[in-house]
Amino acid sequence: MDLYIEGDPIADTKAPDGPIETRWERRRFEAKLVNPANRRKMTVIVVGTGLAGGSAAATLAEQGYKVKSYCYQDSPRRAHSIAAQGGINAAKNYRNDGDSVHRLFYDTVKGGDFRSRESNVHRLAEVSVNIIDQCVAQGVPFAREYGGLLDTRSFGGAQVQRTFYARGQTGQQLLLGAYQALERQVGLGNVEMNARHEMLELIVVDGRARGIVVRDLVTGEITTEFADAVVLASGGYGNVFYLSTNAKGCNVTATWRAHRKGAYFANPCFTQIHPTCIPVSGDHQSKLTLMSESLRNDGRVWVPKAKGDDRAPRDIPEDERDYYLERIYPSFGNLVPRDIASRAAKAVCDQGRGVGPGGLGVYLDFADAISRLGRKAIEAKYGNLFEMYERITGEDPYEVPMRIYPAVHYTMGGLWVDYDLQSTIPGLFVIGEANFSDHGANRLGASALMQGLADGYFVLPNTIANYLAAGPFEKLDASHPAAVEARRDVEDRIQRLLAVNGDRTVDSFHRELGQIMWDHCGMERSEAGLRKAIDEIRALRDQFWQRVRVLGDGDGLNQSLEKAGRVADFFELAELMCIDALHREESCGGHFRAEHQTEDGEAQRDDENFSYVAAWEFTGTGKPSVLHKEDLKFEYVHPTQRSYK
Amino acid sequence: MNLTLRIWRQSGPEDKGRMVTYQVDDVSPDMSFLEMLDVLNERLILAGEEPVAFDHDCREGICGMCGMMINGVAHGPQRGTTTCQLHMRQFSDGDTIDIEPWRAQAFPVIKDLVVNRSAFDKIIAAGGYITAPTGSAPEAHSVPVAKANADAAFEAAACIGCGACVAACPNGSGMLFTAAKVTQLSLLPQGQPERYTRVIGMVEAHDEAGFGGCTNAGECTVACPKGIPLNTIGRLNRDYLKATTKQADNTPGS
Repeated sequence: MDLYIEGDPIADTKAPDGPIETRWERRRFEAKLVNPANRRKMTVIVVGTGLAGGSAAATLAEQGYKVKSYCYQDSPRRAHSIAAQGGINAAKNYRNDGDSVHRLFYDTVKGGDFRSRESNVHRLAEVSVNIIDQCVAQGVPFAREYGGLLDTRSFGGAQVQRTFYARGQTGQQLLLGAYQALERQVGLGNVEMNARHEMLELIVVDGRARGIVVRDLVTGEITTEFADAVVLASGGYGNVFYLSTNAKGCNVTATWRAHRKGAYFANPCFTQIHPTCIPVSGDHQSKLTLMSESLRNDGRVWVPKAKGDDRAPRDIPEDERDYYLERIYPSFGNLVPRDIASRAAKAVCDQGRGVGPGGLGVYLDFADAISRLGRKAIEAKYGNLFEMYERITGEDPYEVPMRIYPAVHYTMGGLWVDYDLQSTIPGLFVIGEANFSDHGANRLGASALMQGLADGYFVLPNTIANYLAAGPFEKLDASHPAAVEARRDVEDRIQRLLAVNGDRTVDSFHRELGQIMWDHCGMERSEAGLRKAIDEIRALRDQFWQRVRVLGDGDGLNQSLEKAGRVADFFELAELMCIDALHREESCGGHFRAEHQTEDGEAQRDDENFSYVAAWEFTGTGKPSVLHKEDLKFEYVHPTQRSYK
Repeated sequence: MNLTLRIWRQSGPEDKGRMVTYQVDDVSPDMSFLEMLDVLNERLILAGEEPVAFDHDCREGICGMCGMMINGVAHGPQRGTTTCQLHMRQFSDGDTIDIEPWRAQAFPVIKDLVVNRSAFDKIIAAGGYITAPTGSAPEAHSVPVAKANADAAFEAAACIGCGACVAACPNGSGMLFTAAKVTQLSLLPQGQPERYTRVIGMVEAHDEAGFGGCTNAGECTVACPKGIPLNTIGRLNRDYLKATTKQADNTPGS
């Protein structure tokens, strides 16, 4: 059987034409509005309370809509955006170093290896400056200079200093800003907040997204919730790899359930492996911890020149070290984009020059920076990261170089959306990491926070009005056949998971799935590997449904049951990821196919055949997905082979 | 390492609960505390016994979701460390470890080690913000902030809302949590217009949620994994006093 079928291309992305810097303004002007009196009559469901979901829920409520917000954590403040460390990009040009909206746009399109939509990326760069204003007004304590103005720093993939930060906790501070705006609306009665609730199904009525089925994770109660529009802001799917820098609860269920109901899933194989994470220490490992990319500003990456050199790092003389990023990429050095830094680390480890247990690590050394700037300055910039490193590894990075290794961090793929951030299901909007995003095949550092907040504060609240202008829609209740069916599907699935009562735990399956994905759909992919992975995933999924053991019942807090449902969806996603990776016969950004590389091992894009977004349509369990291509046109940034040399 | 764990098991809010003893063998010193509990849970499931429920998410010390009393100490023996960042090298072979949920009136137990901390959200909803609806913000550089104030605001803003301060407090007070937010926002020029209404709203919500009063015992700051300083409570008290005096004067404005 064929792995997939090719369908019609996507004809209209709703992106306006005309000069790129006028498109967003035109779209806003041409979009229909909803008058304030009518906004009060409409409800919007927002799933997820990270940077995108939190900011969207708060902003929609400020505009006068009734909002129902959901998160699986015990408080909206805990969404995984909170863990973002390094910073947020904005084209403020406060440094007077040549930055501009156009340069941020250019860097992002290039950094994404020419696989993103120009119109969207330009809009992102435009609103980036408003985000900083908004966050400062909320009291986000960004780092400042002595004169009282905002400080910025460099990040990978850019030669200007446009990254605003709050020590190593930028995500936390931005999220708390959005959370506080959200709680203000909760206090005013405009947002109904439902923490410890998980969306398990989408309700589609007459072709429109009209609600969701949720499970109260504390009582186990399953309810159907309705609205005039549904916004998914449920984050990325990096946990398909089991080990990733995502929080343990991060999952694909909300977007995958929507995919099964008709929303196309775009570019699932575009996943980002972050170069600077703490290496795995043993089989018990439950997650990986990121060390912010900002560390590459001052840390130098190296491995010994000789294979198998197991001397202590301080005993290896300077001329026996290979500062390989500085050597191969002299103009960007340690600040090359993530995909390039990750692959370079893999390459030196594959050569047998890796350090630490299993040879899966490279050094990130601060000795030079400490002698140049003093320990105090390094402490002020990275103190919390150094402490975190020491707590986890038991080693003091002020004294010995950090050991780092790449780990899965972010997913550029996600539900396909048009320029309005609407999926292929009318009334279903997708924002933040959950959509297929503006990052193309590779996201630049400090751009996730920018995109999440751009979508939530500024883009969605404008574009959703165009859809809601046709509302309010017919009132629905739990007795509607579509709601009854969606609810029954959820209940059946839970009963099925509980009924297996096999001999293996959910985690054991998740680990095994993650290993398959890391081996064959990770930093380097090949046709043979991907075909093997697809077979293995299918076999393991069958085993899962025959052998998984979930104890207890569905009538209360049951963390194994929650995990089982999420892992079941990861199995289906994993297969689609491999098919997407297999069909994309080129290397671009985070997607590196061994068959497609230049003589010196760099990614080789094939613009003639693959300059498109691959949007996949679900056609039924066990049936081949249908591929719809959205052609990418580059009018402003002309595709070239990315060079950071 | 081989360890004896005595863990609080409580099937639901109505259950009385009890300590149950488990043996866990072959614990690696490189494991995190939660990974050690993962190992126990995997074994329990295979033995047909329900795993121990505990809250956790990011496992890198920032989301604030995890938290348990370890040998009677919130987040365990290592200062400035959340439970998820605590590693087993802090313990010795043969140790007996007591593991209990946060215990405070305002944080009722849901199951085993999982408690309900939604009272914290209510305190924030009652004023822990600066009113700045999206789109209304002035240019970021139009309001400079002295670096010392920005740094002090950041220090207070580092709170992760885990609730260790409440669990450690002999009165079950949430004053350090409340004071951290009051301090952050009152140190910034953007926070001045709502400075006094904020502190009154937040303290009222704190008291209504069933948290105890603060008697300056100082246990909170010792337990805090993010080192929120005790002087934030001093700042809160000062603002609260000013605010209530103003209220009595019934003088609007400054």
